[in-house]
Amino acid sequence: MASIEQGKQAILLNKKYKEGLLNFLSAQGILVFFLICMFAFSLFSEQFLSQSNIMTVVRQASIIGIIAVGVTIVIIGGNLDLSVGSMLSFSTVLVVDLHDKIGPAGAIVLMFVLTLMIGAVNGLLIGFMRLNSLIVTLAMLSAVQGLVLIYSGGKNVDIANQSDTWFAIFGRGYVLGIAVPVILFAVLAIIVQVGMSYTSYGRRIFAVGGNPAAAVYSGIRRNWCVFSTYLISAFCVACAALVLGSRVMGSQNNVGQGYELLVLAGIILGGTSLLGGAGSVWKTIIGVLILGFIQNGLLLLGYPYYTQWLVTWVIIILAVWLDLANKRKRLFTTHS
Amino acid sequence: MSTTAISRNPRHSADSPSPVLSLINITKKFPGVIALNKVSFDVRAGEVHALLGENGAGKSTLMKVLAGKHQPNGGQIFLAGEKKFFENPKQAKKSGIVLIHQEQSLVPEMSVAENIFLGSLPLKWGNRVDWKKLHADSTEILKRLKCTFSSRDMVSNLSIAKKQMVEIARALVFTPRIVVFDEPTASLTDHEKPVLYDIIRNLQKQGVGIVYISHRMDEIFHLSQRISVLRDGEYNGTLNTADTSEDEVTKLMIGRTLKLDHASKPREFKENMLELRSLTVKGVFEDISFNVRKGEIVGMYGLVGAGRSEVAETIFGLRQPSAGEILLDGKVESIRSTHDAVARGIALVPEDRKDKGLILGMNCRDNMTLSALGSVSSMGFMKTSEEKVVYDKYQRAMKIKTPSWRQKVGNLSGGNQQKIVIGKWLHTHPKLLILDEPTRGIDVGSKAEIHGLIKELARSGYAVLVISSEMPEVLGVSNRIIAMYEGRVTAEFDGDAVSEDKLVQAITGQYVTETSGPAHSASA
Repeated sequence: MASIEQGKQAILLNKKYKEGLLNFLSAQGILVFFLICMFAFSLFSEQFLSQSNIMTVVRQASIIGIIAVGVTIVIIGGNLDLSVGSMLSFSTVLVVDLHDKIGPAGAIVLMFVLTLMIGAVNGLLIGFMRLNSLIVTLAMLSAVQGLVLIYSGGKNVDIANQSDTWFAIFGRGYVLGIAVPVILFAVLAIIVQVGMSYTSYGRRIFAVGGNPAAAVYSGIRRNWCVFSTYLISAFCVACAALVLGSRVMGSQNNVGQGYELLVLAGIILGGTSLLGGAGSVWKTIIGVLILGFIQNGLLLLGYPYYTQWLVTWVIIILAVWLDLANKRKRLFTTHS
Repeated sequence: MSTTAISRNPRHSADSPSPVLSLINITKKFPGVIALNKVSFDVRAGEVHALLGENGAGKSTLMKVLAGKHQPNGGQIFLAGEKKFFENPKQAKKSGIVLIHQEQSLVPEMSVAENIFLGSLPLKWGNRVDWKKLHADSTEILKRLKCTFSSRDMVSNLSIAKKQMVEIARALVFTPRIVVFDEPTASLTDHEKPVLYDIIRNLQKQGVGIVYISHRMDEIFHLSQRISVLRDGEYNGTLNTADTSEDEVTKLMIGRTLKLDHASKPREFKENMLELRSLTVKGVFEDISFNVRKGEIVGMYGLVGAGRSEVAETIFGLRQPSAGEILLDGKVESIRSTHDAVARGIALVPEDRKDKGLILGMNCRDNMTLSALGSVSSMGFMKTSEEKVVYDKYQRAMKIKTPSWRQKVGNLSGGNQQKIVIGKWLHTHPKLLILDEPTRGIDVGSKAEIHGLIKELARSGYAVLVISSEMPEVLGVSNRIIAMYEGRVTAEFDGDAVSEDKLVQAITGQYVTETSGPAHSASA
């Protein structure tokens, strides 16, 4: 009798301990992991934690970050956007190529309009025709890459007079000592985060992502909501293209290749669930920064840049596993 | 520990046959809530022991403890005199405890037989599925259940009631010692219920102990030998069914007696709020004509599948009529979307609150304001303090029990969830309120509260359309009753004067009004 009681106690205690650890890991695990990595990198490289290196990382991460902000909204709304990679190529090639042809202002406006149109096509197909977002945006990924190649005829583009254009400010400029890309990233992130947390629009997107049927039954225009998330996503891609084109002052046809995965990695790493209805831009920012620091650290340690692809894979798996573990735990502790 | 248990529960000393299952002083705590406080419950072999209580009283939690889904913080479980501690549902199942759940857990893309034997498929030659034996065994079980469908049918093609039967069939694969039925008749039609009762009596004869959870008094009195009542997570007494009455049980459940109150129905009707003229959605329903006046409650009664919900969905903009007209306030309206419907003052409390009524992962406050975000925001920005005011208002008015507005609605009991859905719609200040099965799966206490609320709303000028499959509900609240059968209105009755026989005939297609009620004059 006593031994059974003891056994029970031990099981409960063990369970409690396990749950506590799991809880902690799923809530803070990424941050802990991040700190360990930072610490490890700083041991091997003195530059790693220097102010200039940190600023460099943040600046480099801002392109992914700007896109990730938009894609986060799409994901909260219950869909995916995988087309952002080739959309970035499209927009960057467009703005760089048009810069010399019609002037920077015209190039920027036209690039934004065309990018938003691609977003609108995504939005129409997914929001109004209710097609599966994974398939639609995956198809769009290759379609837009095709468009870029047709447009450029396979040639890379660049800006002839690179030192003498105000267009340079978006990628190379500084305001009050802060890089313009970082400022753009921060401003976009703040606007979108405020929009999601404090406006009725944000509430609707959360509702649509959380339970589309219930959202419709609540009088919410689901189709428009989904449509709008793809416009936001496209707008963010256009902003990122502005930064990228201005920084490089030229563009390869496939400059955005792989960005869709990096963006997704940052979002998942931050802890936004791919199921929709939950998540936040803050989390995405943290995720993107972690990714940036790890890439940078690997480079400083002398690993070739392509090791980051492998490491990114490990990180995504880890993040998804923690997300799942967390869900499983919640599943078993819900009460009715 | 066990001595205190016995002194707390007088029935232990009085009972002659020893129970096959005893739960003693079970305590289960969740963060911030004590879901079960020293609850004791037992089941004898061959007995139906009904477990009653309002939603949130702890019935489901107690059964989840029994089935190993939750681990208790205190107390003991004895099965056939042996002390048990279930770490997970598998262990409980192995010990012969089977839970037949409200929510269905079938795999829709598999056949009936595969579902029945899921996890225990008969094998031959080591690892091959013995299909012949599988279907033979399944057919045998289905025959015992008097099921009309084949073991080869796809589960996704079955009606909800038939799926429920498959769920029960699953329990019979093992030789269970304890079978828990959690609201088994919620989705069964009147024809299917007797079959279930037979199954239960059969299990009884085999010496299986049965726990029967239901909100329907008639079933409980029909089936059970004993009734135990939980209230607010505490054990509130056990009664012998033969020596008690519905009143006594209800009193034990909610601490007061209930009676159907026809006199409280609203009596002041004004002009038409809603009028349907020969409304048709091809292949779904045809030629539906009726009206709902301001201040009036119209009941829509019929069997599941008669097209009632579909009519409501059409009024709410979820379906587009192929013919006919919808008039609101005397004007023909075209309602293209739910957004249109809400803008025109229509509210629909849907049948399936978990799938259609609520965002389960959202908190109570945010769900409450979801249909009227404009009223709690300015220039698109949410005014959270006003949201809180709105939430508090309805939370108090409807006595919604939650620890805090931050609670996710998914964690609330069915009754409280339904109140949130209703609150959500009241806050849109609708002119026409449609309630589809407003009290399905809800305990007696909350039910009465919701019925009271509906009448009060009508008295204050709302036009109310109530869709229900429960006769007492339709009779209890409606001024007029529209009977539907296979996509058509078969009759229209005065809610105070109709006999139950006529109503049943009307919804089974055996009776059609000869008098030219509004339904027929409009279609002519």
